[in-house]
Amino acid sequence: MDKLKLPDMDYVALLPMLALFVAACLGVIIEALVPRRFRNIIQLVLSIVALAVAMFFVVKQSGEVVASKALTAGGAIMIDHAALFLQGALIVLGFVALLLFGERSLEFGGPFVAQAAVTVGSERDREQTGRELGSTETFPLALFSLSGMLLFVSANDLLTMFVALEVFSLPLYLLCALARRKRLLSQESALKYFLLGAYASAFFLFGVAMVYGFAKAVDFKAIHAEALLGEGNSLLLIIGLALLAIGLLFKVAAAPFHVWTPDVYQGAPTPVTAFMASCTKVAAFGGLLRVLYVGFDGLGWQFTPVLGAIAALTVLVGSILAVTQTDLKRLLAYSSVANAGYILIGVIAGQQLGLTSVLFYLVAYGFTVIAAFALISLVRDADGEATHLSRWAGLGARSPLYAGIFTFILLAFAGIPLTSGFIAKLSVFGAAIDGGQTWLVIIGVITSIILAFPYLRVVVMMWLSEPGESTPSVSIPGGLTSTALGIGTLATLVFGVVPGPLLDLAEKASSFVR
Amino acid sequence: MSLSAYVPIVWLLALAAAFGLFSVGIAPFVGPRRFNRAKLEAYECGIEPTPQPIGGGRFPVKFYLTAMLFIIFDIEIIFLYPWAVSFDMLGVFGFFEMVIFIITVAIAYAYVWRRGGLEWD
Amino acid sequence: MLSNLWLLFAIPAASATILLLSGKRALKWGPWLGVIAPAISFVLGLIMFFQLRDLNPRVTEQNLWSFIPVGDLQVSFGLMFDPLTAVFVLLITGVGSLIHLYAVGYMAHDERRVTFFGYFNLFITAMLLLVLGNNYVMLYLGWEGVGLASYLLISFWYTRPSAATAGKKAFIMNRVGDAGFILAIFLMFAYLNTVNYGQVFERVGSLSANTMLILGLLLLLGACGKSGQFPLQAWLPDAMEGPTPVSALIHAATMVTAGVYVIARSNPVFSANTTLQLIVVSVGTITLLLGCIIGCAKDDIKRVLAWSTVSQIGYMFLGVGLGGGAYALAIIHLLAHGFFKANMFLGAGSVMHGMKDQVDIRRFGALSKYMKITWLTFMMGWLAIIGIPPLSGYFTKEPIIAAAFERGDWTSWLFGWAALLGALLTAFYMTRLFVLTFHGPKRWTEGQHPHESPPVMWIPLVFLAIGSVVAGYLMHTSVVDWLNPVFAGVENVPEYEPVMPHWLISVLGVAFAVLGAGLAWAIFGRGTALEPEPAGVVVTAARNNLYTDAFNEVVFEKPGRWLTRALVYVDNKGVDGVVNGLAALVGGGSGRMRRLQTGFVRSYALSMLLGGVLVLGALLAVRLG
Repeated sequence: MDKLKLPDMDYVALLPMLALFVAACLGVIIEALVPRRFRNIIQLVLSIVALAVAMFFVVKQSGEVVASKALTAGGAIMIDHAALFLQGALIVLGFVALLLFGERSLEFGGPFVAQAAVTVGSERDREQTGRELGSTETFPLALFSLSGMLLFVSANDLLTMFVALEVFSLPLYLLCALARRKRLLSQESALKYFLLGAYASAFFLFGVAMVYGFAKAVDFKAIHAEALLGEGNSLLLIIGLALLAIGLLFKVAAAPFHVWTPDVYQGAPTPVTAFMASCTKVAAFGGLLRVLYVGFDGLGWQFTPVLGAIAALTVLVGSILAVTQTDLKRLLAYSSVANAGYILIGVIAGQQLGLTSVLFYLVAYGFTVIAAFALISLVRDADGEATHLSRWAGLGARSPLYAGIFTFILLAFAGIPLTSGFIAKLSVFGAAIDGGQTWLVIIGVITSIILAFPYLRVVVMMWLSEPGESTPSVSIPGGLTSTALGIGTLATLVFGVVPGPLLDLAEKASSFVR
Repeated sequence: MSLSAYVPIVWLLALAAAFGLFSVGIAPFVGPRRFNRAKLEAYECGIEPTPQPIGGGRFPVKFYLTAMLFIIFDIEIIFLYPWAVSFDMLGVFGFFEMVIFIITVAIAYAYVWRRGGLEWD
Repeated sequence: MLSNLWLLFAIPAASATILLLSGKRALKWGPWLGVIAPAISFVLGLIMFFQLRDLNPRVTEQNLWSFIPVGDLQVSFGLMFDPLTAVFVLLITGVGSLIHLYAVGYMAHDERRVTFFGYFNLFITAMLLLVLGNNYVMLYLGWEGVGLASYLLISFWYTRPSAATAGKKAFIMNRVGDAGFILAIFLMFAYLNTVNYGQVFERVGSLSANTMLILGLLLLLGACGKSGQFPLQAWLPDAMEGPTPVSALIHAATMVTAGVYVIARSNPVFSANTTLQLIVVSVGTITLLLGCIIGCAKDDIKRVLAWSTVSQIGYMFLGVGLGGGAYALAIIHLLAHGFFKANMFLGAGSVMHGMKDQVDIRRFGALSKYMKITWLTFMMGWLAIIGIPPLSGYFTKEPIIAAAFERGDWTSWLFGWAALLGALLTAFYMTRLFVLTFHGPKRWTEGQHPHESPPVMWIPLVFLAIGSVVAGYLMHTSVVDWLNPVFAGVENVPEYEPVMPHWLISVLGVAFAVLGAGLAWAIFGRGTALEPEPAGVVVTAARNNLYTDAFNEVVFEKPGRWLTRALVYVDNKGVDGVVNGLAALVGGGSGRMRRLQTGFVRSYALSMLLGGVLVLGALLAVRLG
């Protein structure tokens, strides 16, 4: 038997992921050894330090990318410009979302339940709702998930990608079940997410098998080469691609694979929803981009029309269903579905312009959506968050500042100029017209108009209705939520007014190494 | 790769199916029919069947926990065997990789232990 | 220093932000911060001015960031510093600082003075952006910024209905001009594919004559709106409802000259089409006469000055319309005007300060004994504007009149004599103003105790008076040479001999000024009636602004209202019907689709499976089909 060839490892390139992973492991140890009341602050600091270290190495490497050396870990991981941009975006958005995780001033013990295994509604449960500090396993879970996402966007073969997919999905399933209030809803959402996620993973894995059957390899370069060559059973390739796409489109919440989104977004604890809506979207689109642009580049003319149909369906479903929603979290869930559709339009646009617009959109949307959910977590009554639309009536009179910020965020979602939403939509649509997908842009604009209706209805409710008996008060946020809210809002404004630097950065990052 | 390598497997499958069908099909005709109480009970590994749990089939969550722990250590062993076999070839690199792997499992173990996951009550 | 052009407007911007955010907390130090910010900018501007002098060629550009990068439209947040910008920066920050200082005294008792200085600094910021930009979009950014600041400051005392109305009037009339300006920018982008000054001027030659004419007219419309030129002059006198420093800074010295700046900056566009130049010259001439005539009939000290501003900017338009060497003449007249008009406005403010906010010149008289400094400084401004040598006005207005005689055809006579007539009328009404205010018998209302203003107010007056005296002589050759590179592209216009000898024009100009002044002194030296008397057709017309407001009302406002009503009708019946129908359709569809979201995982999984089958089928169909 020959001596095994050891894989080449560029540990510096892997450091962002390793830093998060090590911090998550430390977090688990902290959970085991540190008394409960100190855990939150320690975990928070540890997470932020880990994210800072990871960000440092991402930035450091971004100046030193060389195409020939980008491949590492035995060909499993590709650290190119796009991967670094996505990793950076994930880390920054993850940081902002984690601030929400650590908030403890809004209600006693934070947004998470103390013992998730306690039967809902039992004596023990009532006791822990009001009196026990929330679990802080959420931090290591989120870090594990983030490290999986980092791996996902830089994976260079389908198997690594699958492992990363599972690594970042499993903690999310758990996190969804940890809400302090409305626990049944939370657990239901977690179970649904888990079942459907597993279902989608199965599709993905089946796709990997099919593609392997075609190309005798799972890395993108080989798949690309084989697809160009055109030998072998191309039926396997097509089926494989379709199945892979289903797995990925599930994660980005594109119709008709979006069905889990509203239920999960509504049930999950709001910080987790913010985390999912921003980071998962970045990671999933990062993976989708890599699969389509690097692995299946040569099949563009075949999947473009199908993907176009999916994008059109997604924006239509997202926008039309948003019209009749009465729960704010569900409303934002459908809005996130529609936004996934807009990003898909950018993906289909292809070329560097499309890639740039997608990267910009992901970052801009991520910040805005975190700010939106941060604000939702502030409007509360005795039973926790008051997310029903009718409860927000007259909020403008009660607390003009927060109603004003929320109005601004909704305008950003609607794509009004001077917000990042406008620039993001503009660049995506511009790229799509450039890429010859004018019909998608027309649908995109029409659905944007439809979407403006539910957004503006919230604005009208907040400002033009009289505050009723049931209008909840807005809690004064602690430092963490304020910071998250501030960063999200400011980013929305800054990227709307001065989009140049981020667009430049995205443009520089919009190249994959094959 | 040609699919001919799978032909024996298909044959095996067909034989197995045929055997099963044949056995089930022939049994009513040739087998004796003598019933007693024990014969009518559900088959459960040769021990007394437990009654239906209270509350419609719920098990305490502890069972799952134990099962999960079992799976974790099971997988660890599955990793350890091939590593042990090719230890010479993997050298120092392989050694440290495995140390790291065991450390991560140990962390999880420490967590479960400290948080009372190994106590039944 | 030249690499940090942004500092010029960033400092007042920062100060404006601080002031507007801190509100009442800054009552003590706020006004002084407001003064210091433009003063620092002035010092920086001076340093940059001297550095620019050593540069060859004398221009520097920098793009801070990409401002609007959309497809072919690449607009950068770009700045440019060249001789023309340099003199404007010095005017804005120099005169601006003095007026800020004056305002510390003038606004000392106003509760909202911090807000006032915030708006004032905002104005300085926007005005600097306007002149510093290196493309038309940046110009437009500053353009709208000054419009906003002007609106906020005109209606600063918004509890007074007249101030609120004047603010709205200014804003709306400016919008008319702005619409022209932005259309011009669109036109540039559509035909020239750029909005950058350098590139626009390079490519402007490729336009057809008609396109060029339309482009020029649109720019002119914008310029007329901002500069209060015919036919958009009506807002400027009403804008005097704002505090006096506002009138001095925005509506006399700086903002209203933005129109002149636009035309001077766009000189390659205007020089390239003689029809366009004729129109600009006509607008300038009509306005300068209009302003003079109305100015003769007004009794409100600030309105007289306002109409005189309209008239003087008319001279500047005349100058930039004449083209060739007259561009630089218009600019030096603009600078000199900045000094003497600011001086007189602040003087008027000082008079009002001492006379309990009385503005009717029929109710002044004999103030020279009570307000020595105001009297002397105002006198300098008066002598400067009517063009008595060797004060500023003589050196800057005379060349424009002379240039008007040099058009080379019969129009020389028309415009030349019109300009001279304007000089005569200017001398008449300004003397009337001066005499009625400072000389003759007292015609005060009860209980007036006029007194000199505090030093913080008269020190700026002294500086501005010195400027009124010497600025013209200092600038009449040096600044013209300095500005030459900016207008270098227009040197190849043919030079015509004036239809009258040069010395004769000069003599006539001075003679007319003396004549007008003497006439006014003779009539008003012994005072005037306390109330307006019934008068002939011409004076009544002038008192009513030559019926331009009435004209606007009949021609624009009434049809505008009818149009609005018709549109509202169409909107209610037609458009809303369609919109509501569509909304109902979407709502219904949404309600129906909602039922698919059952909440059961099994049905979700089924829909995913169906979706998967469809995707697979579609991919195969594309593949095979």
